[in-house]
Amino acid sequence: MKESFLTITENTPLTKDVYRMKLSGDVSAVTAPGQFVNIKLEGLFLRRPISVCDCDGDSVTIIYKAVGKGTEQMTRMNPGETLNVLTGLGNGYDTAPSGDRPLLLGGGVGVPPLYLLAKKLLAEGKRPSVVLGFNTKNEVFCEQEFKNLGCEVTVTTVDGSYGVKGFVTDALPEDYTYFYTCGPEPMLKAVYRATNTSGQFSFEERMGCGFGACMGCSCKTITGFKRICKEGPVLRKEEILF
Amino acid sequence: MRNAECGMRNCIEQRTVVSLCGIQLDNPVIPASGTFGYGYEFAELYDINCLGTFSFKGTTREPRFGNPTPRIAECASGMINAVGLQNPGVNAVIAEELPKLKQCFHKPVMANVSGFSVEEYAATCAKLDKEPQVGWLEVNVSCPNVHGGGMSFGTDPKAAAEVVKAVKAVTTKPVLIKLTPNVTDIVAIAKACEEAGADGISLINTLLGMRIDLKTKRPVIANKMGGFSGPAVFPVALRMVYQVYEAVKIPIVGMGGVACAEDVIEMMLAGATAVEIGAANLTDPFVCRDIVEQLPAVMDKYHIDNLNDIIGGAH
Repeated sequence: MKESFLTITENTPLTKDVYRMKLSGDVSAVTAPGQFVNIKLEGLFLRRPISVCDCDGDSVTIIYKAVGKGTEQMTRMNPGETLNVLTGLGNGYDTAPSGDRPLLLGGGVGVPPLYLLAKKLLAEGKRPSVVLGFNTKNEVFCEQEFKNLGCEVTVTTVDGSYGVKGFVTDALPEDYTYFYTCGPEPMLKAVYRATNTSGQFSFEERMGCGFGACMGCSCKTITGFKRICKEGPVLRKEEILF
Repeated sequence: MRNAECGMRNCIEQRTVVSLCGIQLDNPVIPASGTFGYGYEFAELYDINCLGTFSFKGTTREPRFGNPTPRIAECASGMINAVGLQNPGVNAVIAEELPKLKQCFHKPVMANVSGFSVEEYAATCAKLDKEPQVGWLEVNVSCPNVHGGGMSFGTDPKAAAEVVKAVKAVTTKPVLIKLTPNVTDIVAIAKACEEAGADGISLINTLLGMRIDLKTKRPVIANKMGGFSGPAVFPVALRMVYQVYEAVKIPIVGMGGVACAEDVIEMMLAGATAVEIGAANLTDPFVCRDIVEQLPAVMDKYHIDNLNDIIGGAH
Protein backbone atom coordinates (compact mmCIF):
# COMPACT_ATOMS: atom_id res chain seq x y z
CA MET A 1 0.00 0.00 0.00
CA LYS A 2 1.11 3.50 -0.75
CA GLU A 3 -0.36 6.94 -0.12
CA SER A 4 -0.17 8.94 -3.35
CA PHE A 5 -1.36 12.30 -4.54
CA LEU A 6 -2.76 11.59 -7.99
CA THR A 7 -3.82 14.13 -10.60
CA ILE A 8 -7.06 13.69 -12.50
CA THR A 9 -6.35 13.62 -16.23
CA GLU A 10 -9.79 12.47 -17.36
CA ASN A 11 -13.26 12.21 -15.82
CA THR A 12 -15.86 11.34 -18.46
CA PRO A 13 -19.32 9.80 -18.30
CA LEU A 14 -19.71 6.42 -20.01
CA THR A 15 -23.42 6.14 -19.26
CA LYS A 16 -25.93 8.27 -17.33
CA ASP A 17 -24.23 7.57 -13.98
CA VAL A 18 -21.05 5.60 -14.71
CA TYR A 19 -17.83 7.57 -15.10
CA ARG A 20 -14.30 6.80 -16.11
CA MET A 21 -11.58 8.65 -14.20
CA LYS A 22 -7.92 8.52 -15.06
CA LEU A 23 -5.44 9.46 -12.34
CA SER A 24 -1.75 10.02 -12.92
CA GLY A 25 1.12 9.86 -10.44
CA ASP A 26 2.89 7.19 -8.41
CA VAL A 27 0.83 4.03 -8.88
CA SER A 28 3.71 1.64 -8.29
CA ALA A 29 1.86 -0.07 -5.44
CA VAL A 30 -0.73 -1.48 -7.85
CA THR A 31 0.56 -4.99 -8.47
CA ALA A 32 -2.42 -7.13 -9.51
CA PRO A 33 -5.73 -6.85 -11.36
CA GLY A 34 -8.66 -6.83 -8.96
CA GLN A 35 -6.97 -4.58 -6.42
CA PHE A 36 -8.61 -1.32 -5.40
CA VAL A 37 -7.72 2.24 -4.46
CA ASN A 38 -9.21 4.20 -1.55
CA ILE A 39 -9.90 7.84 -2.28
CA LYS A 40 -10.05 10.70 0.22
CA LEU A 41 -12.67 13.28 -0.73
CA GLU A 42 -13.03 16.78 0.60
CA GLY A 43 -15.60 17.03 3.38
CA LEU A 44 -16.20 13.30 3.73
CA PHE A 45 -14.74 11.30 6.60
CA LEU A 46 -14.32 7.83 5.12
CA ARG A 47 -12.43 7.17 1.92
CA ARG A 48 -14.18 5.68 -1.10
CA PRO A 49 -12.88 2.29 -2.24
CA ILE A 50 -12.99 1.85 -6.04
CA SER A 51 -11.57 -1.08 -8.02
CA VAL A 52 -8.76 -0.57 -10.49
CA CYS A 53 -9.87 -0.91 -14.12
CA ASP A 54 -6.53 -0.31 -15.77
CA CYS A 55 -3.02 0.60 -14.75
CA ASP A 56 0.12 1.46 -16.64
CA GLY A 57 3.44 2.83 -15.46
CA ASP A 58 2.24 6.19 -14.26
CA SER A 59 -1.55 6.20 -14.24
CA VAL A 60 -4.51 4.27 -12.99
CA THR A 61 -8.02 4.18 -14.49
CA ILE A 62 -11.10 3.66 -12.37
CA ILE A 63 -14.70 3.31 -13.49
CA TYR A 64 -17.24 4.26 -10.84
CA LYS A 65 -20.98 4.65 -10.54
CA ALA A 66 -22.48 7.70 -8.86
CA VAL A 67 -24.46 6.02 -6.09
CA GLY A 68 -24.02 8.37 -3.12
CA LYS A 69 -22.52 11.54 -1.78
CA GLY A 70 -18.89 10.59 -2.43
CA THR A 71 -19.19 9.22 -5.94
CA GLU A 72 -21.54 12.07 -6.90
CA GLN A 73 -18.89 14.51 -5.68
CA MET A 74 -16.34 12.69 -7.85
CA THR A 75 -18.45 13.24 -10.98
CA ARG A 76 -18.04 17.00 -10.50
CA MET A 77 -14.24 16.89 -10.34
CA ASN A 78 -12.13 18.20 -13.19
CA PRO A 79 -8.83 17.30 -14.84
CA GLY A 80 -5.96 18.98 -13.02
CA GLU A 81 -7.44 18.44 -9.55
CA THR A 82 -5.49 16.14 -7.23
CA LEU A 83 -6.74 13.40 -4.94
CA ASN A 84 -5.16 11.74 -1.91
CA VAL A 85 -5.35 8.05 -2.78
CA LEU A 86 -4.24 4.88 -1.01
CA THR A 87 -3.14 2.56 -3.82
CA GLY A 88 -2.42 -1.13 -4.13
CA LEU A 89 -5.09 -2.34 -1.70
CA GLY A 90 -6.40 -5.90 -1.56
CA ASN A 91 -5.05 -9.16 -2.92
CA GLY A 92 -6.35 -9.02 -6.51
CA TYR A 93 -6.93 -11.87 -8.95
CA ASP A 94 -4.41 -14.65 -9.27
CA THR A 95 -3.92 -15.59 -12.93
CA ALA A 96 -1.82 -18.69 -12.22
CA PRO A 97 -4.70 -21.22 -12.10
CA SER A 98 -6.60 -19.79 -15.10
CA GLY A 99 -5.77 -22.45 -17.69
CA ASP A 100 -5.82 -21.64 -21.38
CA ARG A 101 -9.48 -20.53 -21.75
CA PRO A 102 -10.52 -18.50 -18.68
CA LEU A 103 -14.00 -17.02 -18.51
CA LEU A 104 -14.55 -13.49 -17.19
CA LEU A 105 -18.03 -12.67 -15.85
CA GLY A 106 -18.79 -9.07 -14.92
CA GLY A 107 -22.01 -7.41 -13.82
CA GLY A 108 -22.58 -3.64 -13.82
CA VAL A 109 -19.79 -1.81 -12.00
CA GLY A 110 -18.28 -5.23 -11.37
CA VAL A 111 -17.05 -5.11 -14.97
CA PRO A 112 -14.08 -2.69 -14.59
CA PRO A 113 -11.62 -4.87 -12.60
CA LEU A 114 -11.95 -7.58 -15.25
CA TYR A 115 -10.37 -5.27 -17.82
CA LEU A 116 -6.88 -5.24 -16.30
CA LEU A 117 -7.31 -8.94 -15.62
CA ALA A 118 -8.08 -9.60 -19.30
CA LYS A 119 -4.99 -7.64 -20.29
CA LYS A 120 -2.83 -9.69 -17.94
CA LEU A 121 -4.29 -13.01 -19.10
CA LEU A 122 -3.74 -12.05 -22.74
CA ALA A 123 -0.17 -11.03 -21.97
CA GLU A 124 0.33 -14.49 -20.50
CA GLY A 125 -0.81 -16.01 -23.82
CA LYS A 126 -4.23 -17.13 -22.57
CA ARG A 127 -7.49 -16.65 -24.46
CA PRO A 128 -10.11 -15.15 -22.14
CA SER A 129 -13.74 -14.93 -23.15
CA VAL A 130 -15.86 -12.26 -21.53
CA VAL A 131 -19.53 -12.03 -20.56
CA LEU A 132 -20.73 -8.62 -19.39
CA GLY A 133 -24.15 -8.25 -17.77
CA PHE A 134 -26.20 -5.06 -17.46
CA ASN A 135 -29.81 -4.18 -16.69
CA THR A 136 -30.55 -2.45 -19.98
CA LYS A 137 -28.97 -1.15 -23.19
CA ASN A 138 -28.34 2.38 -21.85
CA GLU A 139 -26.20 1.01 -19.04
CA VAL A 140 -23.79 -0.98 -21.20
CA PHE A 141 -20.16 0.13 -21.07
CA CYS A 142 -16.69 -1.28 -21.77
CA GLU A 143 -17.86 -3.75 -24.44
CA GLN A 144 -15.69 -2.19 -27.13
CA GLU A 145 -12.70 -1.88 -24.79
CA PHE A 146 -12.68 -5.65 -24.21
CA LYS A 147 -13.14 -6.26 -27.94
CA ASN A 148 -10.22 -3.94 -28.67
CA LEU A 149 -8.04 -6.14 -26.47
CA GLY A 150 -9.00 -9.07 -28.68
CA CYS A 151 -11.39 -10.81 -26.28
CA GLU A 152 -14.50 -12.63 -27.39
CA VAL A 153 -17.29 -10.58 -25.74
CA THR A 154 -20.95 -11.41 -25.04
CA VAL A 155 -23.23 -8.79 -23.50
CA THR A 156 -26.40 -9.67 -21.63
CA THR A 157 -29.19 -7.32 -20.54
CA VAL A 158 -31.90 -8.23 -18.08
CA ASP A 159 -34.60 -6.62 -20.22
CA GLY A 160 -33.23 -7.95 -23.49
CA SER A 161 -32.76 -4.47 -24.99
CA TYR A 162 -29.21 -5.36 -26.05
CA GLY A 163 -27.34 -8.63 -26.59
CA VAL A 164 -28.53 -11.81 -24.94
CA LYS A 165 -31.66 -11.40 -22.80
CA GLY A 166 -31.07 -12.44 -19.21
CA PHE A 167 -28.15 -12.64 -16.78
CA VAL A 168 -24.48 -13.47 -17.36
CA THR A 169 -25.31 -17.02 -16.31
CA ASP A 170 -27.65 -17.25 -19.32
CA ALA A 171 -24.73 -16.76 -21.67
CA LEU A 172 -22.04 -19.06 -20.30
CA PRO A 173 -19.90 -20.64 -23.03
CA GLU A 174 -19.71 -24.42 -22.99
CA ASP A 175 -16.00 -24.66 -22.73
CA TYR A 176 -13.82 -22.79 -20.27
CA THR A 177 -10.94 -23.77 -18.02
CA TYR A 178 -11.54 -21.43 -15.06
CA PHE A 179 -13.55 -18.32 -14.25
CA TYR A 180 -13.17 -14.89 -12.69
CA THR A 181 -16.14 -12.81 -11.64
CA CYS A 182 -17.13 -9.51 -10.08
CA GLY A 183 -20.59 -8.05 -9.63
CA PRO A 184 -23.52 -7.72 -7.23
CA GLU A 185 -23.88 -10.51 -4.69
CA PRO A 186 -27.00 -12.13 -6.24
CA MET A 187 -25.02 -12.45 -9.48
CA LEU A 188 -22.03 -13.94 -7.64
CA LYS A 189 -24.31 -16.52 -6.05
CA ALA A 190 -25.81 -17.39 -9.44
CA VAL A 191 -22.32 -17.71 -10.92
CA TYR A 192 -21.29 -19.94 -8.02
CA ARG A 193 -24.13 -22.32 -8.85
CA ALA A 194 -23.95 -22.15 -12.65
CA THR A 195 -20.23 -22.70 -13.15
CA ASN A 196 -18.60 -26.12 -13.36
CA THR A 197 -14.96 -25.17 -12.83
CA SER A 198 -13.06 -23.50 -10.04
CA GLY A 199 -12.82 -19.72 -10.07
CA GLN A 200 -12.31 -16.47 -8.20
CA PHE A 201 -14.92 -14.01 -6.92
CA SER A 202 -14.38 -10.36 -6.12
CA PHE A 203 -16.54 -9.10 -3.25
CA GLU A 204 -17.78 -5.72 -2.19
CA GLU A 205 -18.39 -4.56 1.40
CA ARG A 206 -18.72 -1.31 3.30
CA MET A 207 -15.23 -0.54 4.54
CA GLY A 208 -13.79 1.57 7.30
CA CYS A 209 -10.11 1.75 6.45
CA GLY A 210 -9.55 -0.44 3.37
CA PHE A 211 -6.19 -1.75 4.60
CA GLY A 212 -6.97 -4.29 7.28
CA ALA A 213 -6.98 -2.23 10.45
CA CYS A 214 -10.61 -1.93 11.52
CA MET A 215 -12.23 -5.31 10.82
CA GLY A 216 -15.19 -3.44 9.34
CA CYS A 217 -15.50 -5.68 6.28
CA SER A 218 -14.84 -9.17 7.67
CA CYS A 219 -16.60 -12.22 6.30
CA LYS A 220 -16.68 -15.88 7.20
CA THR A 221 -15.08 -18.36 4.81
CA ILE A 222 -14.37 -22.07 4.88
CA THR A 223 -10.78 -21.23 5.72
CA GLY A 224 -11.62 -18.79 8.53
CA PHE A 225 -12.43 -15.13 8.93
CA LYS A 226 -11.20 -12.89 6.13
CA ARG A 227 -11.12 -9.15 5.68
CA ILE A 228 -12.55 -8.24 2.28
CA CYS A 229 -10.08 -5.35 2.09
CA LYS A 230 -6.96 -7.32 2.99
CA GLU A 231 -7.28 -11.07 2.37
CA GLY A 232 -9.88 -10.16 -0.29
CA PRO A 233 -11.57 -8.68 -2.18
CA VAL A 234 -10.90 -11.79 -4.29
CA LEU A 235 -11.80 -15.15 -2.76
CA ARG A 236 -11.56 -18.58 -4.34
CA LYS A 237 -14.69 -20.60 -5.02
CA GLU A 238 -13.50 -23.35 -2.66
CA GLU A 239 -13.39 -21.03 0.35
CA ILE A 240 -16.68 -19.19 -0.13
CA LEU A 241 -19.67 -19.86 2.11
CA PHE A 242 -22.74 -19.22 -0.05
CA MET B 1 14.02 8.54 5.38
CA ARG B 2 11.08 9.87 7.35
CA ASN B 3 10.99 6.65 9.35
CA ALA B 4 14.61 7.01 10.28
CA GLU B 5 14.09 10.62 11.25
CA CYS B 6 11.19 9.63 13.42
CA GLY B 7 13.38 7.12 15.19
CA MET B 8 16.36 9.41 15.55
CA ARG B 9 14.77 12.72 16.33
CA ASN B 10 11.33 12.52 17.87
CA CYS B 11 11.72 9.41 19.96
CA ILE B 12 14.44 11.04 22.03
CA GLU B 13 12.60 14.34 22.29
CA GLN B 14 12.77 14.58 26.10
CA ARG B 15 10.12 17.26 26.41
CA THR B 16 7.44 14.96 25.01
CA VAL B 17 8.21 12.16 27.47
CA VAL B 18 5.38 11.38 29.88
CA SER B 19 4.91 8.69 32.48
CA LEU B 20 1.74 6.61 32.43
CA CYS B 21 1.22 4.59 35.63
CA GLY B 22 4.96 4.38 36.14
CA ILE B 23 5.88 3.36 32.61
CA GLN B 24 7.67 5.95 30.51
CA LEU B 25 6.27 6.88 27.11
CA ASP B 26 8.54 8.68 24.64
CA ASN B 27 5.49 10.71 23.73
CA PRO B 28 1.81 10.64 24.69
CA VAL B 29 0.64 9.45 21.25
CA ILE B 30 -1.19 6.12 21.38
CA PRO B 31 -3.23 4.59 18.53
CA ALA B 32 -6.50 3.43 20.05
CA SER B 33 -7.74 -0.12 20.25
CA GLY B 34 -9.65 -1.39 17.23
CA THR B 35 -8.05 1.06 14.83
CA PHE B 36 -4.53 -0.36 14.81
CA GLY B 37 -5.00 -4.14 14.74
CA TYR B 38 -2.05 -5.84 16.42
CA GLY B 39 0.28 -3.26 14.94
CA TYR B 40 1.89 -4.98 12.00
CA GLU B 41 -0.40 -3.61 9.25
CA PHE B 42 0.96 -0.21 10.23
CA ALA B 43 4.51 -1.47 10.73
CA GLU B 44 4.53 -2.10 6.97
CA LEU B 45 3.88 1.63 6.49
CA TYR B 46 6.21 3.22 9.02
CA ASP B 47 8.37 2.42 12.04
CA ILE B 48 5.73 2.18 14.75
CA ASN B 49 8.42 2.49 17.42
CA CYS B 50 8.05 6.25 17.05
CA LEU B 51 4.74 5.94 18.94
CA GLY B 52 4.40 6.22 22.69
CA THR B 53 2.74 2.82 22.58
CA PHE B 54 -0.47 1.49 21.04
CA SER B 55 -3.52 -0.26 22.38
CA PHE B 56 -4.09 -3.50 20.55
CA LYS B 57 -7.37 -4.90 19.22
CA GLY B 58 -9.91 -5.63 21.97
CA THR B 59 -9.25 -9.19 23.08
CA THR B 60 -11.66 -11.62 24.70
CA ARG B 61 -11.19 -15.03 26.32
CA GLU B 62 -12.73 -16.85 23.35
CA PRO B 63 -12.29 -16.09 19.63
CA ARG B 64 -15.07 -13.92 18.21
CA PHE B 65 -16.21 -13.19 14.66
CA GLY B 66 -18.20 -10.20 15.80
CA ASN B 67 -21.29 -8.77 14.19
CA PRO B 68 -22.64 -9.37 10.69
CA THR B 69 -21.79 -6.81 7.99
CA PRO B 70 -22.38 -4.00 7.15
CA ARG B 71 -20.47 -2.92 10.24
CA ILE B 72 -19.55 0.59 9.10
CA ALA B 73 -21.47 3.77 8.33
CA GLU B 74 -20.31 7.30 7.69
CA CYS B 75 -21.63 10.49 9.25
CA ALA B 76 -20.65 14.15 9.29
CA SER B 77 -17.06 14.38 10.57
CA GLY B 78 -17.03 10.83 11.73
CA MET B 79 -18.15 7.26 11.43
CA ILE B 80 -20.16 4.57 13.15
CA ASN B 81 -18.86 1.06 13.66
CA ALA B 82 -20.38 -2.11 14.98
CA VAL B 83 -17.53 -4.57 14.52
CA GLY B 84 -18.51 -6.36 17.72
CA LEU B 85 -15.08 -7.24 19.12
CA GLN B 86 -13.84 -9.50 16.36
CA ASN B 87 -10.63 -11.04 17.67
CA PRO B 88 -8.85 -14.40 17.66
CA GLY B 89 -9.15 -14.88 21.44
CA VAL B 90 -6.49 -14.37 24.09
CA ASN B 91 -4.70 -17.70 23.53
CA ALA B 92 -4.14 -16.97 19.84
CA VAL B 93 -3.13 -13.39 20.65
CA ILE B 94 -0.44 -14.70 22.99
CA ALA B 95 0.65 -17.55 20.72
CA GLU B 96 0.56 -15.74 17.39
CA GLU B 97 -0.02 -11.99 17.48
CA LEU B 98 2.41 -11.00 20.25
CA PRO B 99 5.39 -12.90 18.78
CA LYS B 100 4.70 -11.24 15.40
CA LEU B 101 4.42 -7.86 17.09
CA LYS B 102 7.76 -8.41 18.84
CA GLN B 103 9.46 -8.31 15.45
CA CYS B 104 8.33 -4.76 14.75
CA PHE B 105 7.53 -3.10 18.10
CA HIS B 106 10.04 -2.93 20.92
CA LYS B 107 8.14 -1.01 23.58
CA PRO B 108 5.56 -2.12 26.14
CA VAL B 109 2.19 -2.47 24.40
CA MET B 110 -1.21 -1.71 25.88
CA ALA B 111 -3.40 -4.81 25.98
CA ASN B 112 -7.06 -4.00 25.47
CA VAL B 113 -9.36 -6.56 27.09
CA SER B 114 -13.11 -7.08 26.82
CA GLY B 115 -15.44 -9.57 28.36
CA PHE B 116 -18.95 -10.75 29.05
CA SER B 117 -18.59 -11.59 32.72
CA VAL B 118 -16.35 -10.54 35.59
CA GLU B 119 -14.74 -13.99 35.50
CA GLU B 120 -13.97 -13.66 31.81
CA TYR B 121 -12.29 -10.28 32.27
CA ALA B 122 -10.16 -11.73 35.06
CA ALA B 123 -9.26 -14.88 33.11
CA THR B 124 -8.14 -12.92 30.05
CA CYS B 125 -6.17 -10.42 32.12
CA ALA B 126 -4.51 -13.22 34.13
CA LYS B 127 -3.16 -14.67 30.87
CA LEU B 128 -1.96 -11.33 29.53
CA ASP B 129 -0.37 -10.51 32.89
CA LYS B 130 2.28 -13.15 32.17
CA GLU B 131 3.32 -11.50 28.91
CA PRO B 132 6.41 -9.32 29.27
CA GLN B 133 5.49 -7.34 26.13
CA VAL B 134 2.34 -6.09 27.80
CA GLY B 135 2.83 -2.85 29.71
CA TRP B 136 -0.70 -1.92 30.68
CA LEU B 137 -4.04 -3.66 30.70
CA GLU B 138 -6.73 -1.42 29.27
CA VAL B 139 -9.96 -2.99 30.41
CA ASN B 140 -12.85 -2.07 28.15
CA VAL B 141 -16.14 -1.93 30.05
CA SER B 142 -17.61 0.22 27.34
CA CYS B 143 -18.09 -1.60 24.04
CA PRO B 144 -21.49 -0.49 22.72
CA ASN B 145 -21.64 -3.21 20.08
CA VAL B 146 -22.04 -6.43 22.00
CA HIS B 147 -24.98 -7.67 24.00
CA GLY B 148 -24.79 -8.88 27.57
CA GLY B 149 -21.29 -7.57 28.13
CA GLY B 150 -19.06 -4.65 27.39
CA MET B 151 -20.96 -1.48 28.01
CA SER B 152 -23.32 -3.00 30.56
CA PHE B 153 -20.39 -3.09 33.00
CA GLY B 154 -19.43 0.47 32.27
CA THR B 155 -22.81 2.08 32.84
CA ASP B 156 -23.06 1.01 36.47
CA PRO B 157 -20.48 2.19 39.03
CA LYS B 158 -20.80 -1.02 41.07
CA ALA B 159 -20.37 -3.34 38.09
CA ALA B 160 -17.41 -1.34 36.78
CA ALA B 161 -15.79 -1.45 40.22
CA GLU B 162 -16.28 -5.21 40.39
CA VAL B 163 -14.46 -5.68 37.11
CA VAL B 164 -11.60 -3.49 38.35
CA LYS B 165 -11.29 -5.47 41.59
CA ALA B 166 -11.37 -8.82 39.80
CA VAL B 167 -8.71 -7.74 37.31
CA LYS B 168 -6.48 -6.11 39.92
CA ALA B 169 -6.52 -9.38 41.85
CA VAL B 170 -4.88 -11.25 38.97
CA THR B 171 -2.29 -8.78 37.73
CA THR B 172 0.56 -6.63 38.87
CA LYS B 173 0.47 -4.59 35.67
CA PRO B 174 -1.19 -1.18 35.72
CA VAL B 175 -4.90 -1.42 34.96
CA LEU B 176 -6.58 1.31 32.95
CA ILE B 177 -10.33 1.10 32.84
CA LYS B 178 -11.86 2.28 29.57
CA LEU B 179 -15.16 4.03 30.12
CA THR B 180 -18.18 4.66 27.97
CA PRO B 181 -19.60 8.15 27.45
CA ASN B 182 -23.10 6.66 27.22
CA VAL B 183 -23.89 7.40 30.86
CA THR B 184 -25.59 10.13 32.83
CA ASP B 185 -22.69 10.70 35.21
CA ILE B 186 -19.23 9.76 33.97
CA VAL B 187 -17.66 11.13 37.14
CA ALA B 188 -19.48 8.68 39.42
CA ILE B 189 -18.23 5.72 37.35
CA ALA B 190 -14.68 7.05 37.22
CA LYS B 191 -14.61 7.58 40.99
CA ALA B 192 -15.97 4.09 41.63
CA CYS B 193 -13.18 2.65 39.47
CA GLU B 194 -10.53 4.69 41.26
CA GLU B 195 -11.82 3.53 44.64
CA ALA B 196 -11.79 -0.07 43.40
CA GLY B 197 -8.08 0.24 42.64
CA ALA B 198 -7.85 1.22 38.98
CA ASP B 199 -4.45 2.69 38.10
CA GLY B 200 -5.81 4.93 35.38
CA ILE B 201 -8.84 5.75 33.30
CA SER B 202 -9.21 5.72 29.52
CA LEU B 203 -12.03 7.73 28.07
CA ILE B 204 -14.06 7.97 25.98
CA ASN B 205 -15.17 4.90 24.06
CA THR B 206 -17.59 5.56 21.18
CA LEU B 207 -20.98 7.19 21.52
CA LEU B 208 -23.96 5.05 20.62
CA GLY B 209 -25.34 6.17 17.26
CA MET B 210 -27.02 5.01 14.08
CA ARG B 211 -27.77 5.83 10.42
CA ILE B 212 -30.71 4.88 8.23
CA ASP B 213 -30.35 4.27 4.49
CA LEU B 214 -32.91 6.36 2.63
CA LYS B 215 -32.99 3.92 -0.29
CA THR B 216 -33.73 0.80 1.76
CA LYS B 217 -35.33 2.70 4.66
CA ARG B 218 -33.49 0.37 7.02
CA PRO B 219 -30.55 0.92 9.38
CA VAL B 220 -27.26 1.03 7.46
CA ILE B 221 -25.51 -1.17 10.00
CA ALA B 222 -26.61 -4.80 10.42
CA ASN B 223 -26.42 -4.39 14.20
CA LYS B 224 -28.70 -1.35 13.73
CA MET B 225 -26.69 0.79 16.17
CA GLY B 226 -22.99 1.29 16.52
CA GLY B 227 -20.27 3.38 18.09
CA PHE B 228 -19.92 6.92 16.81
CA SER B 229 -16.37 8.27 16.64
CA GLY B 230 -14.27 10.74 14.72
CA PRO B 231 -13.60 14.48 14.96
CA ALA B 232 -17.30 15.19 15.65
CA VAL B 233 -17.06 13.65 19.13
CA PHE B 234 -13.93 15.54 20.22
CA PRO B 235 -15.72 18.24 22.26
CA VAL B 236 -17.73 15.61 24.13
CA ALA B 237 -14.61 13.62 24.89
CA LEU B 238 -12.69 16.70 25.96
CA ARG B 239 -15.50 17.74 28.31
CA MET B 240 -15.56 14.30 29.95
CA VAL B 241 -11.78 14.20 30.39
CA TYR B 242 -12.02 17.66 31.97
CA GLN B 243 -14.79 16.56 34.37
CA VAL B 244 -13.10 13.32 35.36
CA TYR B 245 -9.75 15.07 35.93
CA GLU B 246 -11.40 17.20 38.59
CA ALA B 247 -12.75 14.14 40.38
CA VAL B 248 -9.92 11.57 40.35
CA LYS B 249 -6.21 11.51 41.14
CA ILE B 250 -5.23 8.62 38.86
CA PRO B 251 -3.98 9.43 35.34
CA ILE B 252 -6.34 9.75 32.42
CA VAL B 253 -5.78 8.58 28.86
CA GLY B 254 -7.91 10.93 26.79
CA MET B 255 -9.42 9.94 23.47
CA GLY B 256 -12.32 10.69 21.19
CA GLY B 257 -11.98 12.45 17.85
CA VAL B 258 -8.32 13.33 18.23
CA ALA B 259 -6.84 13.92 14.78
CA CYS B 260 -3.82 16.25 15.07
CA ALA B 261 -1.08 17.46 17.42
CA GLU B 262 -3.22 20.43 18.48
CA ASP B 263 -5.96 18.04 19.62
CA VAL B 264 -3.40 16.08 21.67
CA ILE B 265 -2.35 19.25 23.46
CA GLU B 266 -5.96 20.27 24.05
CA MET B 267 -6.71 16.84 25.56
CA MET B 268 -3.69 17.17 27.84
CA LEU B 269 -4.77 20.64 28.94
CA ALA B 270 -8.13 19.10 29.89
CA GLY B 271 -6.33 16.55 32.04
CA ALA B 272 -5.03 13.69 29.92
CA THR B 273 -1.57 12.26 30.67
CA ALA B 274 -1.56 10.45 27.35
CA VAL B 275 -3.83 10.59 24.32
CA GLU B 276 -5.24 7.90 22.08
CA ILE B 277 -6.05 8.41 18.42
CA GLY B 278 -8.74 6.16 16.95
CA ALA B 279 -10.86 6.78 13.89
CA ALA B 280 -8.27 9.09 12.33
CA ASN B 281 -5.99 6.06 11.76
CA LEU B 282 -8.58 4.57 9.45
CA THR B 283 -8.75 7.49 7.07
CA ASP B 284 -5.10 8.52 7.35
CA PRO B 285 -2.89 5.56 8.22
CA PHE B 286 0.08 7.87 8.83
CA VAL B 287 -1.70 10.23 11.20
CA CYS B 288 -0.05 9.01 14.43
CA ARG B 289 3.44 9.19 12.95
CA ASP B 290 2.65 12.68 11.70
CA ILE B 291 1.33 13.79 15.10
CA VAL B 292 4.53 12.53 16.77
CA GLU B 293 6.59 14.46 14.24
CA GLN B 294 4.55 17.64 14.49
CA LEU B 295 4.18 17.72 18.26
CA PRO B 296 7.43 19.60 19.06
CA ALA B 297 6.68 22.34 16.52
CA VAL B 298 3.13 22.75 17.81
CA MET B 299 4.49 22.88 21.37
CA ASP B 300 6.85 25.66 20.27
CA LYS B 301 4.01 27.54 18.66
CA TYR B 302 2.09 27.58 21.93
CA HIS B 303 5.18 28.15 24.11
CA ILE B 304 5.04 24.75 25.78
CA ASP B 305 8.47 23.65 27.01
CA ASN B 306 7.46 20.27 28.35
CA LEU B 307 4.22 18.33 27.96
CA ASN B 308 4.20 17.44 31.65
CA ASP B 309 3.68 21.12 32.41
CA ILE B 310 0.31 21.21 30.67
CA ILE B 311 -1.47 18.11 31.97
CA GLY B 312 -4.69 19.49 33.45
CA GLY B 313 -3.43 22.98 32.69
CA ALA B 314 -6.87 24.28 31.75
CA HIS B 315 -8.23 23.82 35.27
